[in-house]
Amino acid sequence: MPADDLTGLEAGRAAENAARHSYGKLIACLAAQTRDLAEAEDALAEAFALALKAWPQNGVPASPEAWLLTAARRRATDFARRGRTRKDAVPRLSTMIEELQADETAERPIPDDRLRLIFACAHPAIEPAARAPLMLQTVLGLDAADIASAFLVSPAAMGQRLVRAKRKIRDAGVPFSEPDLETAPERLDAVLEAVYAVFTQGWSDPAGADPKSRGLVEEALFLGRLIAELLPAEPEPKGLLALMLYAHARRGARRDGEGRFVALDAQDSGLWDTPLIDQAETLMMAALPRGRIGRFQIEAAIQSAHVHRRLGGPTDWGAIVALYDSLLAVTGSVVAALNRALALSRRDGAEAGLVALEDLAGDARLLDYQPYWAARADLCDRAGRVAEAEEAYERAIGLEADPAVRVSLQDRLASLMGRSAF
Amino acid sequence: MQYMLLIIGNADLVAAAKAEDMQALMGAFMAYTKAMQAAGVYVHGNPLKPAPTASTVRLKDGQTRVLDGPYAESREQLGGYFLIEAPDRATALDWAARCPGVPYGAVEVREIEVIPGHNDRAG
Repeated sequence: MPADDLTGLEAGRAAENAARHSYGKLIACLAAQTRDLAEAEDALAEAFALALKAWPQNGVPASPEAWLLTAARRRATDFARRGRTRKDAVPRLSTMIEELQADETAERPIPDDRLRLIFACAHPAIEPAARAPLMLQTVLGLDAADIASAFLVSPAAMGQRLVRAKRKIRDAGVPFSEPDLETAPERLDAVLEAVYAVFTQGWSDPAGADPKSRGLVEEALFLGRLIAELLPAEPEPKGLLALMLYAHARRGARRDGEGRFVALDAQDSGLWDTPLIDQAETLMMAALPRGRIGRFQIEAAIQSAHVHRRLGGPTDWGAIVALYDSLLAVTGSVVAALNRALALSRRDGAEAGLVALEDLAGDARLLDYQPYWAARADLCDRAGRVAEAEEAYERAIGLEADPAVRVSLQDRLASLMGRSAF
Repeated sequence: MQYMLLIIGNADLVAAAKAEDMQALMGAFMAYTKAMQAAGVYVHGNPLKPAPTASTVRLKDGQTRVLDGPYAESREQLGGYFLIEAPDRATALDWAARCPGVPYGAVEVREIEVIPGHNDRAG
């Protein structure tokens, strides 16, 4: 391979690496004063394009981050000067590259303002549905079309949603600052909920037995780690990260050899990712003594109880029911109530679970909520209520979007019909 | 608002499926239809006979011509449709994602254009 190709490759890799690790830092830095995220993104995109031209010729700079930041700042000034029209940009490129080369000595460490950026993305003024997508775009540099698919939204609609949110940040005075979490703990909740929304996109099962991700799991874990690191004194970010790690640790056990769905109960715990579970347990140990229990720590504790059987003992359903009681008290959510009913059925039998489900019946949101029908089918099946089980299985099958889960429900329905035919 | 879900089948994917998969697919479509009815979104829907049975009418050199087969040669052909009533496109997309036909092709979601008085003329 000729030497210049090698340099090109190396430069390309350096640019890619900087894009992956520094994107959010650079955006946060660029937009900290102006709060203009769209402009920061444009400027940074131009800086990356410039790097791909300059680095193969002149070598990778000692601090790619600092180089990119300087380049992006100049582009931003350029845009401003030219009223954001980019005509005549090309002839100036070579001059700029030279200037940047000369500037390399003036290197300062880049401040990490990502936390401010993250809090701005999840600000109460931003519509909740835009918060997670905005974080994915500005902190991680994800493409709007990919984000749209993950959230099952058309790319055009997602593009508009993101533009609206950025306009709000720029024009409505959404601050780029870390809120006082003592007085406004809900600001952190909004951040964590957005990160969890990234993680759960595409999960069909609220208990986390089957996180069939549409590819955003790694992104959610990155954000979760980042927030836990940047807020070391807060227990809830640790709880969220632990929750995601427990669920992610089971990814290898969720499908059998033929790609069929395997429920949590039936999973081979030997296929779970032990180091990830250990990481999660360590995080829990660090979070719990802080004495401020929140939704994510409780959910992580439930996951911890579920994976406990890897040590050989039976699952402690009593403990899990108690944890769901606490979760329900904190969130009051349908999902928590549903999972509490399922856990209760493991402790006290299927009929007890059905009684608990009765509390939910009549909620209009359940009409198209697949997990409710799947839970009901399971409980009626186990309780020997054949006709009701049959109807609930049908509803669950009809509402399921994941083909593997659909097939597993169809198998269970067929088995019920086979048994009841005698 | 009403949306048309156009169920498009890919001939290669359908041909590669096992007989029992096709049987499961039929059952899944029945369950899907029932779930839409129970949720109050279903207006109507039907599968179509296979694309090779289609006839296509075109005007060629000022002459009306009838051709055998679908209007476009493609491995992907319209195989059925559902008309649904949904509050917004996001809900329509949720239902499209649940369609059991997705693994065998695609589902196109089109909003129905409302022309005032258009459906009052019959009678």
